[in-house]
Amino acid sequence: MSNIIEVDKLTFGYTAEPILYDIGFSVRQGDFAAIIGSNGTGKSTLLKLLLGELIPKIGSIRLLDEDIRHFKGWSQIGYVPQNAVQTAAGFPATAEEIVSANLYAQVGLLCPIRKKHMEQARQALALVGMQDYAKSMIGNLSGGQQQRVMLARVLVNSPKLMLLDEPTTGVDASAAQSLYELLAKLNREKGLTIVMVTHDIVHASGYVSRTLCLEQGSVVELDRVQIAHELSHKHKHPQHNELTADGQGESKFER
Amino acid sequence: MEIFQYDFMIKAFIVGILLAVIIPCIGIIVVLKRLSMIGDALSHSSLAGVAAGLVMGINPIVGAVVTCIAAALGIEAIRKKIPKFSEMSIAIVMSAGIGLAGVLSGFIKNAANFNSFLFGSIVAISDFELVLVICISCAVLLAFVLLYKELFYVAFDERAARLAGVPVKAINFIFTILTAITVSVAARTVGALIVSSLMVVPVACAMQLGKSYKQTVLYSVCFAVGFTIVGLVVSYYARLRPGATIVLVGVICLLLILLVKWVAELSLRSKKAA
Repeated sequence: MSNIIEVDKLTFGYTAEPILYDIGFSVRQGDFAAIIGSNGTGKSTLLKLLLGELIPKIGSIRLLDEDIRHFKGWSQIGYVPQNAVQTAAGFPATAEEIVSANLYAQVGLLCPIRKKHMEQARQALALVGMQDYAKSMIGNLSGGQQQRVMLARVLVNSPKLMLLDEPTTGVDASAAQSLYELLAKLNREKGLTIVMVTHDIVHASGYVSRTLCLEQGSVVELDRVQIAHELSHKHKHPQHNELTADGQGESKFER
Repeated sequence: MEIFQYDFMIKAFIVGILLAVIIPCIGIIVVLKRLSMIGDALSHSSLAGVAAGLVMGINPIVGAVVTCIAAALGIEAIRKKIPKFSEMSIAIVMSAGIGLAGVLSGFIKNAANFNSFLFGSIVAISDFELVLVICISCAVLLAFVLLYKELFYVAFDERAARLAGVPVKAINFIFTILTAITVSVAARTVGALIVSSLMVVPVACAMQLGKSYKQTVLYSVCFAVGFTIVGLVVSYYARLRPGATIVLVGVICLLLILLVKWVAELSLRSKKAA
């Protein structure tokens, strides 16, 4: 299988002190990977680099076999931001209006959204089980439902890669679980490659196929034994589970 | 009707209705980008341009347009430099605009002319100003319709819009120019101190009732046109300042909508409890 993401000898920092130091990893087509790590380890910075918002100074990033500096196929990359639920709350738009907005590459500059685009939006909403809420105002939906609409917004373009930043932030534990189930289903049935930055390893570990841990500027892939060790460590601290379920908490990986 | 016997009132209605169509189109994007005070900052900055125009002997509206564009670009630039405190950019530009207007107004010989820009003078529109408003309204409306989906997506989520291929920088730049032009023209008619209210109040009313983005846009325009017509009629018969009356009609309408919604929610809750 080909690599969707290839990071090689990447060093990046906002100041002279690098946040990410000489990191390298690849994500293959069909992977469902979680990127975990404590606060300040560079998860958000890595995501910004993968989204082309920051330019790598040392090392390289390749997306879909193309150097990120020259990458043009952004419509093939779906991104669900951390504050998606917060952004959606109170915004006066229906679920189908928000999903169809992401069809921009298909619709084109200055052209109006047509019925066929709205139909595509409804199909994407059906993929995430939200077809009955197409005409609902996004602000009237629950946090979990809003997050599903955000997924549909990404899926409407049939992306090759979906990047999610803390997708369970602001979502209750049962909605988080059903979100993970949905992501696993999309990965399994549609072959969608998913990379998810998360604090919630306790719940996410049951669904992802790979776990990459960012610690002290480097990336280490955790195997099942190491993940089990992390989980057993957390179960000794019952409060931790509550905190991580909504993404508010911080995991301390003792390695 | 007696009110339509006068040319100046017919002009006032034409200009008022045209502005009532374009101001909420700009207003809805401004509100959704959480930049509601931008209208205030730009209209205050336009006063600096008006003062500069009057001092230098050029058309004050041209002066207002130039300073408004400069102020709008300044807000955008500062907003990018300090994205976490982006609302600060509005305060900085507004302070600079007020300061400059204050200093320059000291050099104006005919203070009454300058004062007419504070609360507007929609009933004293010249033929040149009428043509200017018609041209600008057509341009702004055309741009809004053509960039409808781009403006919507940028207002909702700039980052996702960029990933989807929307030329975010270009859209933001065009929108900034449209806002500046609209505010500077509106400042002459409804008044610099009132223009931001007209940008926000109809949108606030529409957001209480709209069931989609499209509906919210249409309702905003309908509310603004309604406020303008009612405001002009009331101001004519009650001999009040037209700009201020239009805004007060809007605020009263918003309060009524909120009151009706509150009562409806209360009765729904009591029905459920019963």
